[in-house]
Amino acid sequence: MSQAALSLSNDPGLALASRPIGTVPVRLTINGEAQALDLEPWVTLLDLLREGLHLTGTKKGCDHGQCGSCTVLIDGTRMNACLKLAVTLDGCEITTIEGLGQPGNLHPLQAAFIEHDAFQCGYCTPGQICSAEGLIREGHAHTREEIREQMSGNLCRCGAYTNIADAILEVMGQEGWE
Amino acid sequence: MPDTRHEPIKVGIGTPLSRVDGVDKVTGQAHYAAEYAVPDVLYGVIVSGRIAKGRITAIADGAARAVPGVVEVLTHMNRPSEAWRDSKWKDELAIPGDPFRALGDDRIQFSGQPVALVLAETFEAARFAASLVDVSYEEEPHNVDFDLSLAEKTLPTYKRKSFHAPKSHGDADKAYAEADLRHEGEYRLATEHHNPMEMHASTVHWHGDGTITVYDKCQGAQGVQSYIASAFGFRQEDVQVINAYVGGAFGSGLRPQYQVQLAVLAAKKLERSVRVVMTRQQMFTHAHRPQAIYSIKLGAERTGKLTSMINDATTSTSRFENNMEDVVTWGMINYACPNMSGAYTVAPRDTYTSADMRAPGAATGMTLFEIAMDEMAYKAKVDPLEFRQINYSDIDAMNRQPFTSKALREAYREGAAAFGWDRRSFEPRSMRDGRELIGWGVATGVWDAQFSKTSARATLTADGHLEVASATADIGTGTYTVMTLVAADTLGIAPERITSRLGDSRLPTAPVEGGSWAAASTGAAVQVACRAVGEKLLKAAAKVEGQPLAAASSVDDLTFADGRMALKSEPGRSVAITEVMQAATIDRIEVEETASTGLSGLVSQARKSRKTHSAVFVEVRVDEELGQVRVTRVVSAIAAGRIINPKTARSQILGGVVMGIGMALHEETLADLRLGRWMNHNYAEYHIPAHADVQDIEVIFVDEPDPEVTPLGVKGLGEIGIISVAGAIANAIFHATGQRHRSLPITIDKLIA
Repeated sequence: MSQAALSLSNDPGLALASRPIGTVPVRLTINGEAQALDLEPWVTLLDLLREGLHLTGTKKGCDHGQCGSCTVLIDGTRMNACLKLAVTLDGCEITTIEGLGQPGNLHPLQAAFIEHDAFQCGYCTPGQICSAEGLIREGHAHTREEIREQMSGNLCRCGAYTNIADAILEVMGQEGWE
Repeated sequence: MPDTRHEPIKVGIGTPLSRVDGVDKVTGQAHYAAEYAVPDVLYGVIVSGRIAKGRITAIADGAARAVPGVVEVLTHMNRPSEAWRDSKWKDELAIPGDPFRALGDDRIQFSGQPVALVLAETFEAARFAASLVDVSYEEEPHNVDFDLSLAEKTLPTYKRKSFHAPKSHGDADKAYAEADLRHEGEYRLATEHHNPMEMHASTVHWHGDGTITVYDKCQGAQGVQSYIASAFGFRQEDVQVINAYVGGAFGSGLRPQYQVQLAVLAAKKLERSVRVVMTRQQMFTHAHRPQAIYSIKLGAERTGKLTSMINDATTSTSRFENNMEDVVTWGMINYACPNMSGAYTVAPRDTYTSADMRAPGAATGMTLFEIAMDEMAYKAKVDPLEFRQINYSDIDAMNRQPFTSKALREAYREGAAAFGWDRRSFEPRSMRDGRELIGWGVATGVWDAQFSKTSARATLTADGHLEVASATADIGTGTYTVMTLVAADTLGIAPERITSRLGDSRLPTAPVEGGSWAAASTGAAVQVACRAVGEKLLKAAAKVEGQPLAAASSVDDLTFADGRMALKSEPGRSVAITEVMQAATIDRIEVEETASTGLSGLVSQARKSRKTHSAVFVEVRVDEELGQVRVTRVVSAIAAGRIINPKTARSQILGGVVMGIGMALHEETLADLRLGRWMNHNYAEYHIPAHADVQDIEVIFVDEPDPEVTPLGVKGLGEIGIISVAGAIANAIFHATGQRHRSLPITIDKLIA
């Protein structure tokens, strides 16, 4: 085994690296509950939810806005939580899967996902459901084909897509979309 | 007292039941490996090496250590000493070679190899600090080019335990030379990565008393438990592994992944709890489906009857382990042919070791073989479905053994009828709708029906609640629900009154979950445990006033339904289970039982072939100008014995079909040969099917009673759904366009070339 040098001194990056990260006060309403938080500016909404607030229903699947697993509703609009720095959301209302419905008080989409077996491993599911809620609120999708197109930001590796479309269509039908 | 008011309501095997873990999953209450709240947890972020081969010469970690909140930078130089002998690093499914050890020494064996783990009080500090770790290397020549690696292809001396050598019959070369019709082709499959939605993650809870709890993304809690104990010097009983929820795996969690090594190493060094989560990019630095090249020669009579098949395949492995798959045997097993031969080798390259990914071997071999079959059908001018029927084999043609069952003919018939295959025109480019060419393709799938010794515990309490438990896993496969259904079926208790537990190394012994054996094996274990509970109930029933079940000598004389047990011979004589418990003053009945093959099963396994089968029909629409392929219709007809839960079973097949669409059209991990690195290591550039790619899929389960194959007559469904889907799509593209593509995936560039 060759010896590697562990250097501590004269490193030009040292000054930058050792600089403390300050915090910024942020007011967020999360699932109806007003929260006053002091946050480091490099914390994403996704990591705040999962690590800071233990709302682990919002999933991390790529951390790059490519998979949709972290989809939440920000002021009613579906967004990837991994692409939002939490400090930029001062005054926003955030709804996660935990806020959408709970055991014993399921949101119609949650019930429809169970009924149509619209998931297998369940990891993309909270994002799919939040995205579907955002899709219905947008009101642009009226057919199965439009649902497929407009849900394509939410990947499902288990391949539950046809069942997800069935579940969303059913809920849209209930709400008089069809 | 006998009670005849109730009409028995039987929920059990065959009832389409919604997932019993569904509410947890749709409300965000299901906790995956990185989601357990553990006090004072440190966040570990992995630093990935940038070279493909060589040695680490220096690691400058000063800047990383200066970041506020950073606690440690773990490297090969300061990691705790742990077991060094290879045998201690062998996991449950280890293959011949030297398993990878994260931070083992200064050697670099593949690009992206973990070279350091930065640990900090926050995830953000660890991530930032990880970007500051400066690693110097001495590079050595590497090769990740599969074509170049073929020069080193070899059949390893030490075979992987699961490997089955192909058996030759007759004189395939002579028969090929003398055949009326000859087809020869070279078929390829690109490297694919599993890409479960949940990234590999481990949370180690350091309890401070010498014990640890490890929440790990894996397919076998007990395998990881043994591995950690052996590799890192823990007593077996001091390590508990939990994988109650697994966000997909498809084989990537069969063997312990390196994040669990790193998390345990760090916890041991710092005596603190640690969480390590891979990035999506790092998900491309470990398990993957091997790249494959498969040369096939087929000889046939003018009628289309096969006279010869010659198979020769090579798949990729690493330089430190030999991963072997059954690639060439599937066509030989499935089709009647007097002369056949098979050869198989592996070729080493400087990557991580390839690994089992959904239907390993068959998803590669049978899929590609079915394209060759389609080519021969066209050479013989026979309808491709008819061609497969002409060459149908009622026995396992390679092993020359009867099957326990093979309802593939029924799958062909029912699948073809549902699809409308009889309306197909034979000639390529003969079906069109506006600017779109339409093509219909068919292919056959085969997979093993496997069974593995498994234990389960059943606990019935006085309130009539039943818990069934086994250390198996549910990676989305529906195991929780299968266990519930089998228990409901055996003891006639409503699913709402049953709790299934799994994903905990402390539960009764179960093998790693994979290979499509979990439902058959865990199901059988739950059944024997519940039957044992039933026997105890029957004994206790003697205490019930009037002894309504006195005529029964075993549970075989009883029916269980609607929370009651009744005499088969005299259904009017019945008693509620809770009443029995009460009369006998029993608080709980707890039994642990093991389901094993047994002597008759072993004899049957030696004498008979056990397989699942599928017939896949596909419609594609091809826009030739854009090179765009849409898979508009799929019918997958499955012969897989008894179906425990038609609802989740259908979903498993849907998922296989979707992954097959990816294999056919999208999935391909591409290397920069100069850097020796996978380049499209993210979801934006490694395409898996999205909503818009998946249209109409119909799943048919054909009737296939088979009491011999496994105790419950269940064959398993995890793999069969994907097999040959990509072959059927390739065949449909040929039918649509007249273009024959032999290399998967069939991407736009190939179609407009």
